[in-house]
Order: sequence, then structure tokens, then C-alpha cells
Amino acid sequence: MNRANLIGNHSGLADCSISGKMRHNAEQGSRPSESSLDERTMRKQILALNSYRDTILSYGAYISVRWPLHPEMDQPARSDRRQLKGNLPSLALKRLVVTLACALFVFAAILPSVVLAQDWVKTGTSLGVEKVHLAVADFKPASADPQNAALLKTFNDTLWNDLDVSGVVELVSKSFYPLQTPGQPVDVNFLAWNAPPPNAAMLAFGNLAAASGHVIVQGWLYDVKNTQSPQVLGKQYSDNATEAAVRVIAHRFADEIIYRLGGGIAGIAESSLYFVSDRSGHKEIWAMDYDGANQRQVTHLGSIALSPRISPDGTRIAFSGLTKTGWEIMMYSLDLNRMVSFPHIGGTNLSPAWSADGAKLAFSSSKAGAPEIYVADASGGNARRITDSKGPEVGPVWNRKTNAQIAFVSGRTGLPQIYTMESDGTNQQRVTDQGYAVSPSWSPNGQFLIFAWVRKYGPGEPGASDIYLMDVASKQWVQLTHDGGRNDFPSWSPDGRHIVFQSNRSGSLEIWMMLADGTKVQQLTFNGRNTQPNWSWK
Amino acid sequence: MKVKQQRIKWFALAVILGSVMVIGACGKKKAPAPPPPPPPPPAAPTASIAVSPTTIQAGQSASLTWQTSNATDVSIDGIGAVQANGSQSVSPTDSTTYHLVAKGAGGNQEATARLTVTAAPPPPPPPASATEEELFSQNVKDVYFDYDKSDVRGDQQSSVQADAAFLGQHTDINVTIEGHCDERGSTEYNIALGDKRANAVKEALTGAGVSPSRIKTISYGKEKPFCTESNEACWQQNRRGHFVYQK
Repeated sequence: MNRANLIGNHSGLADCSISGKMRHNAEQGSRPSESSLDERTMRKQILALNSYRDTILSYGAYISVRWPLHPEMDQPARSDRRQLKGNLPSLALKRLVVTLACALFVFAAILPSVVLAQDWVKTGTSLGVEKVHLAVADFKPASADPQNAALLKTFNDTLWNDLDVSGVVELVSKSFYPLQTPGQPVDVNFLAWNAPPPNAAMLAFGNLAAASGHVIVQGWLYDVKNTQSPQVLGKQYSDNATEAAVRVIAHRFADEIIYRLGGGIAGIAESSLYFVSDRSGHKEIWAMDYDGANQRQVTHLGSIALSPRISPDGTRIAFSGLTKTGWEIMMYSLDLNRMVSFPHIGGTNLSPAWSADGAKLAFSSSKAGAPEIYVADASGGNARRITDSKGPEVGPVWNRKTNAQIAFVSGRTGLPQIYTMESDGTNQQRVTDQGYAVSPSWSPNGQFLIFAWVRKYGPGEPGASDIYLMDVASKQWVQLTHDGGRNDFPSWSPDGRHIVFQSNRSGSLEIWMMLADGTKVQQLTFNGRNTQPNWSWK
Repeated sequence: MKVKQQRIKWFALAVILGSVMVIGACGKKKAPAPPPPPPPPPAAPTASIAVSPTTIQAGQSASLTWQTSNATDVSIDGIGAVQANGSQSVSPTDSTTYHLVAKGAGGNQEATARLTVTAAPPPPPPPASATEEELFSQNVKDVYFDYDKSDVRGDQQSSVQADAAFLGQHTDINVTIEGHCDERGSTEYNIALGDKRANAVKEALTGAGVSPSRIKTISYGKEKPFCTESNEACWQQNRRGHFVYQK
């Protein structure tokens, strides 16, 4: 491959930016301004990205299925029997080797088939791909401002956590780092990073300088195995010297790294979660950053608000609220910071769900009798019923990829089960075969459903509600939570690598996050009872 | 030389013998089926019974709930043979101890629950002094449901008939029927289920002649429980259509 050609092909991707100067965009308001340090280094980073493209294949979660090994017994001795009259010592040696080989083979074949008596399904992010070993040196102060220490702590903690939970890199433990960590490119001692003990492939480092109420952060990502042109990324950010602003800068830098090391899928460090909390005394809609920071109350109904669902463009929250006339679909504008009108429908109206293009809402309504699934325009007009089963039906969710199917919960056969259908109500199919299955959420790539399932339901059965992931096409499923408690209301992250859910495993109903393979479980809320998390679309 | 060859022969023989043993051992592994496990002893039956509330006044009723397992024959003194699990409304005139016997292959298990009945309240004050709201709360009974069900079960029909009769006599009273569910299961699904319960009670009343315009319904799912313990007696209290007086 021709390197120059690669640069030519990809130079259009590079930000147009002025070397060393900050770009201030009025539209960005209080968001930090950013600029590439050097256009030349941007080209290098594209080269480096290309060299990683071969090794990093991640596209969200994928399932690999392994069937049990059924060893077919070889009979290797038979052909040797004819030579029995031959040279005895060599034959005996041969027999010994063959026998040992036979014994070893049988042992090796039987052992796993005993251990893996059942077929097993494993899901995960970037399975089969070794994750990039990334060292993240604490950023260094670049001025003598007294604010630096506190801001640096916030920055370093946020950056580390973002990268740690990203699921795309393997962070090298800080205990392996050299004593001298760099704050500038000239300080980088490649040998100290790319050889054991750190043995890092990548190094993130930089510096932070607060001065007269402003803060400037410079950050780099170096391919430390490539000493000739190590720079993958160089960024500079400036904003007001507040912890909130520094946190946003850390998120943005983390997302830049994750984008480059994670196969070109945007990171989630700037995404938000919407959820229900009763910490004000009533169940209201709350919002927080994806890492649990910055928790804030959104609605003030004073009654009960449930099932928040953020619109794909992030401007509106649809939810179900209890009014004097019953449960209504309600709409809150995050642009206007107030409730906006939504038509009165009548009956009990629950669990709104946005279509992927934001043009329609599906929800459950009992306006014609039993709770059934309806689809309406996002304005609430043109509501029409698309199921007719008399069973309680709730929890619709659109296929985020095709925008053409809806998964939902129906009690038409008794205990609630997950069903899928076309968004016009045709082709209704049950996808769970037993137990108590509720709260479906469709993955961003359209391939998977996650939902809460008490798989064996009934007297004498362990009644744990766990989060399960199902491949929609094959209906194969895998259990993601095993740690006890009742787990419900899973919701996908925009990158398809993470799942947020509610669980009472800590003794109280709280919101938790994990990778889509069930690992890296992390508690996000600690105050009051917090339920029904919903992840923003980007 | 010959000695050496002899030695090699012996050695080879020993190796072949060893190989045959190893192969034999290999072969054996798949052959014998494990002996069938001895049949497990029949599990001893378990039984529990509870009554809620534990104290009533004569004329009122209480909810009797029982669970058994591994029992083939379940009976309650004074009631007779019953299902393995269930609940029933009882209204004895005297204090009663309900004695449940569960017989199974593994033995017998007994459980008791005591319902204390206090003397009937003083005769109701003359009707003139009782407000309609008081009459409503004295006469209108809530309707209870089975788990995950929204059909009015047989033992609740008398409550529905009494409610319909009362509303038929007091035509200026309107009601709101609240659908409630127990704590198990998912928030959203329980509100939908409660909605079906409230509407089932409404349909039963309209079927008995009450005008539908006098009845509103609302579901609270598991948002406003009457009882917050995690046991069947409490869950039964929460699975109901609850009547609220509306002028």
C-alpha cells in the first residue's frame, strides 16, 4: 500500500484547523473549544488508525456460539498391526507413542466435553481480538495556578474511568509506569513505555493549565511502538476553569481516543442517562451523565412520573405521568426546560417509545378497553391501534436499525412474554418461550434484544429477574446478569457496547451499568430509589 | 548381544502390556453406565396458612391464604378438602382456629392460623345520621384477584353483587375503581394489569346494572400498595380492585 495514497484518500477526514490557535465557535456556547495541534500530526494519526484497523474489528457486541465437542474415536493402531513382525524395539516405541497419543487425544477430547456438557453462548465486545494496551499517564500541571490540583484530579479520574469502562482498551496498571511521566511530547521516553513492565502499545498523556479563570488542556495519544511517527492524536481544549468544564474536556478527549482505538465507533463519554428517582419524595424524571456524575431533577409533577424515553435527537423526553384523569403520555422539552403539550388520549397510557427517526411514538393505551400498543406521530396525532389481543400489552421499542419492527410485552397467553412485529402490527411473533419476560430494548445495530426475564417462574423456582440478551434472528439468548437481586429495564448505550439497568442487588433499587457481555458492572446511583434508566441515542 | 536383544524383547513386551492396559483403560471409560441412583425418598410435604386480618368483628370477613407443597391431600378443618395453594374469604361468627393438614407420600404436615372474632359492633346508628360516604365504606367491598390475573374469580362474585346492589340503591353515588397489583414483576406491566383489573370490576358492575357513566377507573399498578411485606397474605391484599367514593 502506498502511504502517500492513504494520506490522499483520508485527508478529507482531518479537521480544518489552524495550528496552535484556538477556534472559538459562538454556537458552541459554554462548550470547550478545541483544535488540532498540528494538521500534519492529524495525517499521521490517520496512518496509525489504518495500521490498527487490521487488528481492531469491534463492532458492538457479537455472539459466538460453540457447540459441544463430540470426539470421534480414532483407531490409529490398526494400520500398525500388519507390521507387528517387524523390528521390535522400534515397533514398541511406535506403539508407545501411538498409545500415548491415543490416551492424550482421548483425554483432551473427553475433558472439555465433560466440562462443557451443554452448548454455551458467549457474547462480548471485541471477542477474539486482543485489546490495545493503553497507558494513561496522569496529566501534569503546566502552570502554577492553585486551582490546578483539584482540576487535575477531576480530569485524571474522569479520563481514566471513561477509558476503563469503554470496553475497547486494556489499561496498563499505573504501578508499572516509569517514575518520570511525560506532560509534553518531548518528555516521552519510548523505551520506558513500550518495553516491559508497562509494555504499552499506546500512551495518553498531556497537561493542564489554569490561569485567571480559564483552563487549557493539551492531550496526546502516542503509538509508543512506532518511534518514528508516534503521534496518533494531539488535541487542545480550553474552557472556564470549573470542574464541570474539565469533566467535559476529559470526556471529549476520552471519546477521541476510543473512536480511534475502537474501530471508528464514537465513544459514549458525552452521553446521558434519564431515569426515575424518588429522592425528592415523588417519582420524578432525572438526568445524569453516563458515568453517574451531574445528577439533576428534570420534572416536578408532584405525582408519579415513569418510563422516560429520550428522543433520538436528544431534545425531548417522552414519559408516562399520573394526572387527575389517569396515566397520560407527557412530553418535556430539554431545549425549553419545561413541559410541552401532548394530546389527551384517555385510558391508561404507558411506556412511550421513539422511532429511530424521531417521527413516531409507540405506546401502550387502554383507551379502547384493554391496554394495547398504539403508534402515533411524535406530536401525538394520528394515534392508531396496532395490536388487538385483549392481553395487557406494554413496553414497545422500535428496531433502531431498520425502524420497521417493534418489540413489545404481551400477557395474551398468561405471564408476560416478549413479542416482535412489523411497525404496522403484522407478523406478530413470540420470541420468549417461558417464564416472565418484560422490558425489551433493541440494540443500535438492530441485531439484539435485551430484556428482563424470570426464566423459570413458579412455585419452588428461584425467582430472580435477570438481564438476558437475545439474537433476534436465531432467538439464541445468553444471560448477562448473575449476581442476584431483581434486575429490570435494561437500555443500550449508543455504541452498543454498554447496557444500563436497574437492580436491587445492593439492597436498594439503583441504576447500574455494564459492558454488553455482562462484565465491568458498575453502580451509578446511591441516593433514593432509582429505576427505569434510558440511555441517550448519542 | 543376545542378552541385549532379550532385554529389548522384555522391555517391548512390558511396553505392549502397558499399552494394552492404557488402551483398555481408555476403552473402559465410555463403557459402563453409572448405576441408576436410588429413588429419592418422597419429599416431606410443607404447609403454611395465614389469615389476614387476624382480628375481625362478627359479620366481617377475613382472607385465609395457604400454601402447601409435595402434598397429595390437603384439607382445612371446617372447610374440607381444598386445593394445594389458594386463598378464601371467611367470615365466622366466633373465633376460629383454622387447622390445615397436608398429607403426602413423605408424611403429614399441619399448620394453623387463628382468627379472633370480636363481638358485633353496636347496631348501626339510625340511617338518618349516617352519611352516604360512611355507608359506602361500610358496605362496599373491594374485589380481590389471583396472581397475574384480571378476571373476577368465583369467591369474589358475592362482593361484586353486594357492591352492585348498594350502588343500585344509592344512585347518586359515583365510584372510582383503582386497580392494584402486588410488588412482584415489572412496573409498566403491573400498571397495565391493574388497568385490566379495574376494568374487569367495572364490567362486572355494569353487567349487574350499574350505569357505566358512574364508574371511573384508574390503575396504580404496584405504585400505591396497601401492604408492604413480601409474603402471599400481603400480596393478596394488594391484588385488588379498590372502591373510592365519589360524590
